[in-house]
Amino acid sequence: MRRDAIVIKRQDNVATAIRDIPAGKKAEVGVGEQSVGVTVSKDILFGHKLALRLIRNGEEIIKYGTVIGRATQDIQPGEHVHVHNVESTRGRGDLA
Amino acid sequence: MKFLGYRRPDGGVGTRNYVGVLSTVVCANEVARAIAGQVKGAVAFSHQQGCCQTPPDLERVTQALSGLGRNPNLAAVLLVSLGCEGTDVAQVAKSIADCGKPVQIVVIQEEGGAAKTTAKGVLAAQQMAVAASKIPRVECASSELVLGLKCGSSDTTSGLAANPALGEAVERLVAEGGSVILGEVTEVIGAEHLLARQCKDENVARELLSLVERMEQRVKAMGVDMRGGQPTPGNIKGGLTTIEEKSLGAIAKIGGTVIQAVYEYGHRPEVKGLVFMDSPGREPELLTGMAAAGANLIVFTTGRGAPQGFPFVPVIKVTGNEVTWKKMQDHMDLSVHGVMDGEESLTHAGQRVYESIIETASGVETKAEVSGYVQAMDIYVTGPVI
Repeated sequence: MRRDAIVIKRQDNVATAIRDIPAGKKAEVGVGEQSVGVTVSKDILFGHKLALRLIRNGEEIIKYGTVIGRATQDIQPGEHVHVHNVESTRGRGDLA
Repeated sequence: MKFLGYRRPDGGVGTRNYVGVLSTVVCANEVARAIAGQVKGAVAFSHQQGCCQTPPDLERVTQALSGLGRNPNLAAVLLVSLGCEGTDVAQVAKSIADCGKPVQIVVIQEEGGAAKTTAKGVLAAQQMAVAASKIPRVECASSELVLGLKCGSSDTTSGLAANPALGEAVERLVAEGGSVILGEVTEVIGAEHLLARQCKDENVARELLSLVERMEQRVKAMGVDMRGGQPTPGNIKGGLTTIEEKSLGAIAKIGGTVIQAVYEYGHRPEVKGLVFMDSPGREPELLTGMAAAGANLIVFTTGRGAPQGFPFVPVIKVTGNEVTWKKMQDHMDLSVHGVMDGEESLTHAGQRVYESIIETASGVETKAEVSGYVQAMDIYVTGPVI
C-alpha cells in the first residue's frame, strides 16, 4: 500500500504527509514497518502534519520523539496540526 | 578518499583558486566590485559593515575579514579600503600576510578617488591572478576538507531526507579525519538538549547551551513571539510549525557525529572533526561566517529551493523535495527525494552527497557558481549601527 504519511518515532502524536492527502481520505500512515489508517478531516498538503490521536488543549505535540510545541485547542485524530492549533514554547518574548 | 585541491603556504588546501578583492568597509564596496569585475579569476567580497559600530562589532569585522582573507580558496588578496573606516585594515593585512599569502592594500582616499583606485587595483589583481594561475591542483586527502553546513528555505522534507542524508556524509568525512562546521544557533533552539548529548564533554556541552541561550535571550528581548521570523513564512508554508520542529530537523545534518569544540562567529577551528560555531540562520551572515572560519566547501540543504551561493566557496544544494528538484533545476545540485517514500536508502543518499562533496572539491562547478548566484554575503554583527 502506498503510504501517504510517515511517523518518525513511535511515541509521536503527529505524522508528516509525504504527498497531498484529500479531505475524507483514510490515509495510510507508516509507523516503522507497519501502517495504520487515519481519516483526514480536511486536505493535508505535502509536508504538513496530521494528528494520530486526540490531542487535548495544552498537551505537548511530539515529533522526532521530542516536544515541538503545545496544542492551543483540542485537536481531533486526522486533523491538520499547524500554526492555527499549535504554539511554540521557545523564543517567546511575548510571554516574558 | 582523495580530491584535487590547491595547497597553500600555511598548509591549508583550497577547492578553488581565486584572487579575493575584499572591501574593508561598506563604503568601499563599489571599488572592490569594479576591480574584480575587470580581472579574470578575481572575486569581490562586499558587506555592510566596518564603520560607526561599537568596538566589539568592529573587532568582529576585522577578525572576519582576516579569516576571509586567510581562506584557502583564495590564492592572494587585495584589500580595498576607503581610508577612514573603523575596521583595523593593517591588522587584516598582517593576519593574511602571516599565512604566507600575497596581500596588497589600495586606499580610495589616498589614491584620489574611485577611478584611480580601481585602475591601481586592477593592475595589482591582474598580477596576482597570473601568479595564481600557475598553482596546480594536486592530490589531497579528504581530511583536508573543511565543510560548512547550512540548511535554508527548509520544509519538512529537510528534516526527513536532505539533512539526514547530509548527516551520513558528515559521519563519513569526520571518520576520514575531515573538519565540519555546524552553525545556525537559532536553529538549534528546541533541540539543544539532544546536541548537548553529542558534545565531547560537559564543558563543550555547557558552551553550546550558553550560545543557544544567548541567542534566545536576544530574540526574547524584542518582546515578541519570534514565529514568522523563525520559522520563516516559507518554512511555515512548507509545514514547519515551530522553531523546535525546524531545529529537530536541522540537527540531523550532523548525524551521530561528536561535537569537539564550540567557537565564536568566524573563528577558525583549532581541532579536526565537527565543531559548532555561533552564527544566525540567515544565509549571507552564515555563509560568510563559514568562509571566515576557513570552510573550503559548503553543503546547503533546502526544501523549498534556496538559490544562494558565496563568491569563493562552492555551495552544493541538496534537496529532499521532488517538486523543488523539478522546479528549481538551475539552482539544485542534488536530490535525495527518494528517501521520502523509501525508494532510496538513507545510506545510498548519503553516499551520493559524499561523492558530490569530493567532485565539487576537485573542481566540478555547482549550480550557484555557473549561474553566478554567489552574492549571499555579509558579516554578522550583534550591536547597533551608531
